[in-house]
This record gives sequence, C-alpha cells and structure tokens, in this order.
Amino acid sequence: MSIDYLVRFVQVHETFRKPELEALACLAKISLEFLFYRECSPFCIIRLHDEKAAKALISRSVLSKGIYELWARATTYEELHSNIKAARSAHWPRYASSSFRFDIDVYQGSHSASQQRKLIESFDYLGFEGPILMKQPDQIYSIFEDYDWSCPVPKQIYFGRWIAGSQRDAINTYSLKSRRYLSTTSMDSELSLITANLTLAAPGKLFYDPFVGTGSFLIASSHFGAVTMGSDIDGRAVRGKDGRNIVTNFQQYELLEKYLDGFISDLTHCPLKMGRILDGIMCDPPYGVREGLKVLGTRDGSGKEAVYINGEPAHMQDKYIPPKKPYSLEAMLDDILEFAASTLVDHARLSLWMPTANDEEIELGAPIHPCLDTISVCVQPFNKWSRRLLTYQRIPEHEIKVRSKPKTRTAIEGSKADDLNAFRKRYFQGFKTQGEPERSL
Amino acid sequence: MKILTTSFLTCAVKACKSSPLSFPLHYKDAELEQSDIAYNPRFLINILPRIDWDAVRVTATELGFTVPEEKPELPALDASSSTDTIEPADEKTLRELHTLLLETEVREGKLVCGNCGHEYKIKEGIANFLLPSHLGEFELFPFCFLH
Repeated sequence: MSIDYLVRFVQVHETFRKPELEALACLAKISLEFLFYRECSPFCIIRLHDEKAAKALISRSVLSKGIYELWARATTYEELHSNIKAARSAHWPRYASSSFRFDIDVYQGSHSASQQRKLIESFDYLGFEGPILMKQPDQIYSIFEDYDWSCPVPKQIYFGRWIAGSQRDAINTYSLKSRRYLSTTSMDSELSLITANLTLAAPGKLFYDPFVGTGSFLIASSHFGAVTMGSDIDGRAVRGKDGRNIVTNFQQYELLEKYLDGFISDLTHCPLKMGRILDGIMCDPPYGVREGLKVLGTRDGSGKEAVYINGEPAHMQDKYIPPKKPYSLEAMLDDILEFAASTLVDHARLSLWMPTANDEEIELGAPIHPCLDTISVCVQPFNKWSRRLLTYQRIPEHEIKVRSKPKTRTAIEGSKADDLNAFRKRYFQGFKTQGEPERSL
Repeated sequence: MKILTTSFLTCAVKACKSSPLSFPLHYKDAELEQSDIAYNPRFLINILPRIDWDAVRVTATELGFTVPEEKPELPALDASSSTDTIEPADEKTLRELHTLLLETEVREGKLVCGNCGHEYKIKEGIANFLLPSHLGEFELFPFCFLH
C-alpha cells in the first residue's frame, strides 16, 4: 500500500530541495516517488509506503517545514470538498473525537480573519466533534492555497492532515550570528546542514573536510551524528585565535565528542594514507577571490635546496612558513575528485562547492571521475556568478565499467593567480563581456 | 592528534608514499593527554575494519600502551539496533579501543617519517604537515637533472 503525502517546502534554494529529499530517502532506506514537483511552488506531492516512512523522511529535512497526509487536491473548493468526501469519508470517524485545529497556509496570497473563519467552517461536514485546541492538538488539518503571482484565484488547493515537522529549527541553533569562531568565508548554517544531508552524514560515520576553515561543514555533519575531522593549508584557520577555534565551536554546540582532529596540510601533499576509510567528504574549496587558491611550492620553481639559518635548517624552526604558489581551480577540483575516489568507501558521498560565471555553459564545467557517479547539481545564483553544490557517490569497485585513467589536464601556463584561474579573472573584471562598459559587482 | 587519526597518516612527501617505512609515522617527544569523550560504539564498529592494526600496535607501543596482537573482532551493528545488544565481552573490548583510539591525544611532540626522517611538529594537538619547498616537489626532480 502506498499513500500520497504533501511536503511543505520553503521557497528558497529551490534546486536543492528535491536532491535533499532524495538523499534523506536514501539515508532512511525508503522508496520515494515524486508525483508533483515544481521549482515555483512550495507544495510537493510524493508517494511513500506509510506514515513511519513519512516521519523518517522529513525528520532531518532543512528545506521543508513539514509533511502532511494528502486528503485531496483540486482547483476549486467545490471540487476539493467533493474529492475529500469521495476519497476520505471512511477515515473521518477515526478522528471524530480527537482534539484538533485548522491551519490555513497560503502561498503568494492572503485572507482576512473573517474569510479564514468562513473557509474553515466550510469543512463542517467532516463532523469532528473533538475539542478545538490551538496548542498541541491531536490532529492539525491544513488548507493550502497556491497562487500565481498577483493572481486573484489560487491555481491549486490542497487539504491535508499534519504528520511530522522538519529540522528547519537547526538553522537558528547553528546560526553564524551567534557562532564564536568565524571567518569571512564561513558557510551559513542552512547551506552547511543541507550539504551534510546531501552527503548522508549520520551516526557512526567518519567525515572529512580538506578545506576546513572554521569548521562549518564539520559542525553540520556532527549535528547529524558523524565523527568529523578537517584540515586546511592555512594553519591560522585550524589553530584559531584568542582562544577561539574549531574546538571551541564544537564546545559551543556541545558536539566536542564528535570532533576527531584538525591538522594543517595541503590537499596536493596530503598526509592521509590512501585507503578506503571515509564515509563522506564535504568541502568548499577556495575560489581564489576572497581567499587565495594556493598549494605548497614556489612560483618560479626555486627552493629546491634546504635553507639554513645559523646552521639550523630553516624549515625546522618555529616561525617557518612554507612557500605557497597559486593553483588552478580546475586542477584542484580534479585533485579533490581523485582524492575522493581513493578514500571514500562504496556508496559514500562527496559534496563540493564550486563557482561559475552565469554565462558559462553550466553542465560542461562540472568535473567527472570514472569512479564517481554524479548524484546532483544544485545552484545558488548570485548576480553575475553562482555557486554550485556538486554531489558524487563512490561507485563500488566491481561496478566500475571503464577504469579509464583520469583525463590528463592540459597544463595551464603561467604562475599568476589570474592566468591559472579563469573564474577569479572574470570576477575581478566584473564578468563583463568584451566591449561592455565596466560595471561594479 | 588522536591515536585513531595517527593510524590514518603517512608522510606528506610524495616520494615517501611508496616506501613501507613511511607508515606509520613515529612519535617523538610526545606529551600525552587523556580526555573524557562520550563512548560511541557504533562509530568504533564501523571504523575498526578500516584500521591498519599493525600500525596501531606500533604507535601504541611507542607511547607505552599494550594492545592485543590481533585486531579485535566485533559484531556488525545494524542501523536499528541500540548499544544494549552488545555482548559484555565485546563491550569491554570496545571500551578499551575507545580509550586508546579516541580518548588518548598527543598534545605536543613530533611525528617522524621512518623513510625520509622529516619531523612534523604537533602543537596544542594540531599537527603541521606543510612541507618546505625542497621536500614538497619531489616529483619535479627528474626534470631538474635532465640536462
């Protein structure tokens, strides 16, 4: 038996909503079928096995408010009432004596209080005899109206019974406004939690972020129960300052037991032993705009010999800072995919954020790897550029069809950040096309 | 740097990766700290099959702990079961693993590669694996000697 449910999404980060629900279905091992979904609507109809599946599915969702058992959908109230009577009358007696309340949820429209009252009274025929309770009733019934922008009549009306709420509140719990250790590029709590959901963070798993920064992704995946570790080429980020660091962030949220370790390293010279040990990798690599995209090395290839100061090797001294050189974003993305293919266990996921100019061909830019399936591509648009969340899943060894060698990337000439990184160059040129007058971002 | 993390780390120098001497890294002048961390059997059971037990033994011995010669065998834990279903004998093993792998931390000291001898410093529990330029680009060396 299958039942239809209505998911009340929020109308933000639209392209992330379906992949999040699919990831949660995968995590809860339930089958999920989309019957109705539109980017322009917060109402989505899905088919699930039972109420238990509905609760399991929604309990970790960040981009929805809740899930309802769908009693009827229609374009007019006349039709809605007759649909409820036809399909659901057998169910009414079960709720006849339960305490209840009615909610009205209108998207892009509104009703006055008296109109609302009249609307609720039109459902009189349901014959609910139980007491009306505004706080914690046994049942909540909801009338949903979906309007097109500035249209006088709704294009769709739904009626449903409340089943369970989501975890949208976690956005406030982990809000950057109250987080004590931050940097200019800390990922906001909503997108961090969504990324953790897409990467399937869960109790018992080991997660890693190779560009950890202030640890936003680690916090989000540890919130969902994963044990996490991170590294960064910038030692200042890992160590923190003035008694504020990643560890104190974990302490702030009482998640310290889920934090394994942080260390200072460069992904191109990673000290992790290559082996299938990770259950998830989440990262937001530097784009070379607000933070430099650098790896160990020198621009001119110099520094092949150890330097000594007063007879002591300079690199063994406390104040030593290893030289770093700019690196290309494309090369870094390829490195991340190769790293993920070597370290993720079967079916484990990699989520990574990457920027693109809006006029570039979207699908072409996403890197691919023979050992990784592309699961989803979600887009967060800004004015002239956007960033995308790419999610991959490690294909089990025996299912990999062609174990072709990863494509050899054409070496990019140059040692300046602009030569290596087309996105950075276009960002600082204001994304203007040739001949267009310069405009500020 | 916890013992579990140590068991996943090798030398960052690319030329060392192929040498068996580079794994595990060896502790030098290690100052240990024992902390109280919530017991997480699900995580231990999940991670144990991925651990190189010989490496854990080397590290543990260097730090003055004794561990069994063979990797302990633990039952699989299915997603719905709770910690209550763990046998008392397994529980004891798990608690011991928990203390060694997750509650024992090296706060200060060095991790040394057995192949190249490079020392990675650990300060306030954070290890630094950044390499000086003469160690970082070994893969370019052949080109330097071409002519």
